[in-house]
Amino acid sequence: MMSRETLHGAQDHWSRFTLRQRLLRYGGLALTLLVVGWALRSIDVIWAWVWDAPSQMADLFGRMMPPDPRNLPTILEAIWQTVNIASLATMIAVVVSLPVAYIAAQNTTPNRAALWAGRFILVSSRSVNTIIWALLFVAIFGPGIVAGIAAIMFRSIGFLGKLLGEAIEEIDRKPVEALEAVGASQFKIVLYAIVPQVMPAFFAVAILRWDINLRESTVLGLVGAGGIGMILQGAIDTFNWPEVSMVLLTILALVVFGEVVSTYLRKKIL
Amino acid sequence: MSTGKDTWRKPPFIANPALRYGLYAVAAIYFVVTLATLPIDWERVSDGLTRAQRIFSGAFPPSFDRAGLLFDGFMESLKIAILATAGGIAVSVPLAFMAAGNISVKPVYLLGRGIIIVARSFHPVIVAIIFVKAVGFGPFAGALTLLVYSIGFVAKLLAERIEEIDFGQVEAMRAAGAGFIATLAYAVLPQIMPRLVGLGIYQLDSNLRASAVVGIVGAGGIGATLANAFGRYDYDFALAITMVIVGVILVSEAVSGFVRKRIA
Repeated sequence: MMSRETLHGAQDHWSRFTLRQRLLRYGGLALTLLVVGWALRSIDVIWAWVWDAPSQMADLFGRMMPPDPRNLPTILEAIWQTVNIASLATMIAVVVSLPVAYIAAQNTTPNRAALWAGRFILVSSRSVNTIIWALLFVAIFGPGIVAGIAAIMFRSIGFLGKLLGEAIEEIDRKPVEALEAVGASQFKIVLYAIVPQVMPAFFAVAILRWDINLRESTVLGLVGAGGIGMILQGAIDTFNWPEVSMVLLTILALVVFGEVVSTYLRKKIL
Repeated sequence: MSTGKDTWRKPPFIANPALRYGLYAVAAIYFVVTLATLPIDWERVSDGLTRAQRIFSGAFPPSFDRAGLLFDGFMESLKIAILATAGGIAVSVPLAFMAAGNISVKPVYLLGRGIIIVARSFHPVIVAIIFVKAVGFGPFAGALTLLVYSIGFVAKLLAERIEEIDFGQVEAMRAAGAGFIATLAYAVLPQIMPRLVGLGIYQLDSNLRASAVVGIVGAGGIGATLANAFGRYDYDFALAITMVIVGVILVSEAVSGFVRKRIA
């Protein structure tokens, strides 16, 4: 048994971090506080409005109560339109993203130029937000559903293509090699060795994107691209707060519905 | 003779043929019917090509004449994102404790989950509109919006992480007679700290992205600059802004990926 003295000599109290780690942690914390402080001091905010905010918010919510269900038929019609925009755009985007994913995956791309072209399509699609796509397509097609479908579709291609490409890169090479060995054509290799392996990922990703698109299509109308957002914008512009809260409740219901459906479908598939 | 299976066929993804063809048929019918019944003005759509040409010819080459405006917009977006992330994390930690099934009591748990679901359900742009109406135009509305947006993501994932913690440490603290707050601070918080930092960095990146969008409805930042450029048909300036947004997003994605790799 060790004597008390040797124990003391070795280490008289336990500490979780070394001095270096502790300095790094406090340094990181100080840096974070500094940055937040800088942002807080230099941001261009009218502070009177900040102190006023809680009462303004309470006032706004007070005006929203109770929700006004008189316009419910119109709202439901717009919600149905929103669902259609999301679903159609997802369907089209899935089809378009397949070849993009194929050329953007390292193990299936025909050559380097195609690989970079594929990656460029994916990155540019994902980096531009749906609303910005919608602004562009409203300018091109005019206000309405077509602009909405195009915006959702252009945004989804990057997401679907990226995840599908990753699924293709993770496939087991052996079926591909087996088919190559018996002299199958490239088309048959894709159909019989690659497609079956990425099928579950394909459906999972498509359902996930549909769920996201449902949420995204609720705001398309705010820039004029169709769906429930148009009604929301109209109600806000006319200060019809009870209708605003009705629309918000309907959107909440839609999103929860989408989440339930997509969770159920994913469980079925995986 | 060829009644037997002399050729091999690929097994279908959905084994039941009725279900398989039924699903295909439903999908096809849905596609055709909705496409046909949607109020689409095909004439306008076909006009789109010429209009697209006009927009793109107006957009090229991108104009960086007003780089100062662009820079100011970006700095504002950055500040909005930083403040919203800091505030969002500050609110998310207690909310995540509330919404974790293993350390919270049932009514508090349900309240916490409810708040998270509501925060997640509304697109940031909708939240931004409401805040702009409530507290006026500008970066404050944007920061509040992204704060709500951060709660939806950080609190949800943090609560899930709390539900996965090693409960032995909590039991040890309780056995030693520690109070509730002490248990959270010494048994739970150290276990979720790495995830919290990772989520914070990810959320900063994500808020920077979203701040470009909420600005379009008047919540400050680069989005406001972009919406103005679009509204004035300054397509060359709009293209310049979009290019810079994409560039900044790529850089911030790389930086946040690098930092998170170092931490994890």
